[in-house]
Amino acid sequence: MNALANSVANLRSNPKLYWVGVALIAISLLALPFVLAMVGTAWVRITNLAILFVLLSLGLNIVVGFAGLLDLGYIAFYAVGAYVYALLASPHFGLHLPWWMILPIGAFVACIFGILLGTPTLKLRGDYLAIVTLGFGEIIRIFMNNLSEPINLTNGPKGLATIDPIHVLGHDLSSTTRIGDFAMQGPIKYYYLLLIILLVVIVINLRLQNSRIGRAWEAIREDELAARAMGINTTRMKLLAFAMGASFGGIAGGLFSSIQGFISPESFILNESVMVLAMVVLGGMGNIWGVILGAILLSFVPEVLRYTAEPLQKMIFGKSLIDPEVIRMLLFGLAMVVMMLYRPAGILPSSVRRRELSRDE
Amino acid sequence: MDIFLQQIVNGLTLGCVYAVVALGYTMVYGIIQLINFAHGEVVMIGAMVAFTVITALAGSGAPPLIIVLAGITAAIPVCMATGYVVERTAYRPLRNAPRLAPLITAIGVSIVLQHVAMMIWGRNYISFPQIVEFTPYHITSNPNGATISNIQIVIILTSIAMMAALLGLVYRTRMGIAMRAVSQRPDVAGLMGVNINSVISFTFMIGAALGAIAGVMVGSYYGIAHYQMGFLLGLKAFSAAVLGGIGNLGGAVLGGILMGLIESLGAGYMGDLTNVCTLDKFLPGFQALCEANPNSSFFGSNYKDVYAFIVLILVLVFRPQGLLGERTGDRA
Repeated sequence: MNALANSVANLRSNPKLYWVGVALIAISLLALPFVLAMVGTAWVRITNLAILFVLLSLGLNIVVGFAGLLDLGYIAFYAVGAYVYALLASPHFGLHLPWWMILPIGAFVACIFGILLGTPTLKLRGDYLAIVTLGFGEIIRIFMNNLSEPINLTNGPKGLATIDPIHVLGHDLSSTTRIGDFAMQGPIKYYYLLLIILLVVIVINLRLQNSRIGRAWEAIREDELAARAMGINTTRMKLLAFAMGASFGGIAGGLFSSIQGFISPESFILNESVMVLAMVVLGGMGNIWGVILGAILLSFVPEVLRYTAEPLQKMIFGKSLIDPEVIRMLLFGLAMVVMMLYRPAGILPSSVRRRELSRDE
Repeated sequence: MDIFLQQIVNGLTLGCVYAVVALGYTMVYGIIQLINFAHGEVVMIGAMVAFTVITALAGSGAPPLIIVLAGITAAIPVCMATGYVVERTAYRPLRNAPRLAPLITAIGVSIVLQHVAMMIWGRNYISFPQIVEFTPYHITSNPNGATISNIQIVIILTSIAMMAALLGLVYRTRMGIAMRAVSQRPDVAGLMGVNINSVISFTFMIGAALGAIAGVMVGSYYGIAHYQMGFLLGLKAFSAAVLGGIGNLGGAVLGGILMGLIESLGAGYMGDLTNVCTLDKFLPGFQALCEANPNSSFFGSNYKDVYAFIVLILVLVFRPQGLLGERTGDRA
């Protein structure tokens, strides 16, 4: 890992090589969906979901990584965003607003929910906050499940279907475009949209981290009392972290809604919150690149396992002994335990975080 | 009135179970200030192990009491071992680490335990064999009135006995003195010759043993068990512990019983109160809804799982130290 850091540092000191590197990464990101489509369109879909998880992890990273507040109900904001999109762009209420209008609305509504959750709880110490957020996530899910009666708001456990896909300049992103022999499937087009949004979110995050706000969060995380003594309005800053994390979750949720075309409360269970948290923890809390790496790893490894573990088990034992879904969740659980025990700052630790989480305080 | 009595009886039974689980949380919290997220999973494992033993023995023709006791005696050591291993591997190495670290391992452990249980017992609901005949007893003279079943009586009595035993252990034995000493000041307790590690392990194991019995009680009360049953149960019991004042044994009992009553009464009455036709009598605009579906209500019993969290949030906002807690708000 040190060698990697050194080589990156060398690249930075050599501008020509640095830009060549950036160009190479850009080209490979642009070409990726076509390569994946050759293996199977399913992999492009998996990549899209992985990007959504990167978005979610970056959002959660603001709360957990930057501000040091353990949020175990993060998926609730994703759910809020997804439901806002689905309600405003589906036959359920007969509303069909354009996506560029709904995504900000979703982010705003999720932000309101973040503030709603944050206001009563942010005075609390970390572990209470964790359990309240856990309960909050569960409350949101219970409401989504039951708000079908007496007024049918969410359609209950059946979920909402035929959600409008995203249209860019009147062009439906979910359809296949053909230019001569060259076909471009829906998932590939979504991939580019997601890539653009992801880049914007990464830039926002990088700017945030080194801003006045980001430094205030870091100070609160390190020592809340000292931060308050330095004149930081800790409650407001923590609330801001919650609100911003929630907005990112809301945007990711809206995108999820439009890509899947169908959502139900089943998609927003506790396990999903745990998954996102595991991604943040694995990659390195507080380090944007680490979190991205963690999200990508934990999105792809289970999928690869899904395609390899089952045939492998069939080959060795003659039948499938362990459900790939179980392997996936075990992986998430173990990732959290093992990382905390042996490398608490993550695969790519942020320098401050490493200092803070080292055990010889 | 009879419905009210019935809800009280059901709430008390449920509350006793919550109280026993809440004791597990509160003991661990009292001694090392850690929320043991995996405690709900320990309860689940207790229910599952007991279920396996009871099912295996159900056909043997042994008296039901012996079978249930065998189930419990099998569940307790398994749960104690689980509690010990969890403490040893996931919490002990992080005892001096920042607070976030053991919380995260706790969640990880709880996910791992859930899915290991799912590998063993499958992902479906499994039904407890009904080896004990369900007999309701009337409380009032009304033949259609409120009843209390033999299972409910056993649950309530067992819970009371366990709580008494635990209080005796903590306040009357040498080990209890050591536990209280460690919870007050671990390093000084260590200097006084208390083996801190073994006291903490012991606390986890006692909590897990209580959890095992609670698991058997929940399983036999509802008649079903599921690999995810520990999650909600654990959350509610934790809320109960916070309601009573976390770290306080009496508080856990009080909080648990209150929580059971709140949930039972809430589920029983909020549905009627928020029924669209009831609302129609007081507020305008509900007539169409009432005519369309007279039985639907805004907060029916399907919302019963929400009450625990609402209580939790209210307590944390207005009285973070809980009903019986003495700690200052800053600790919460």
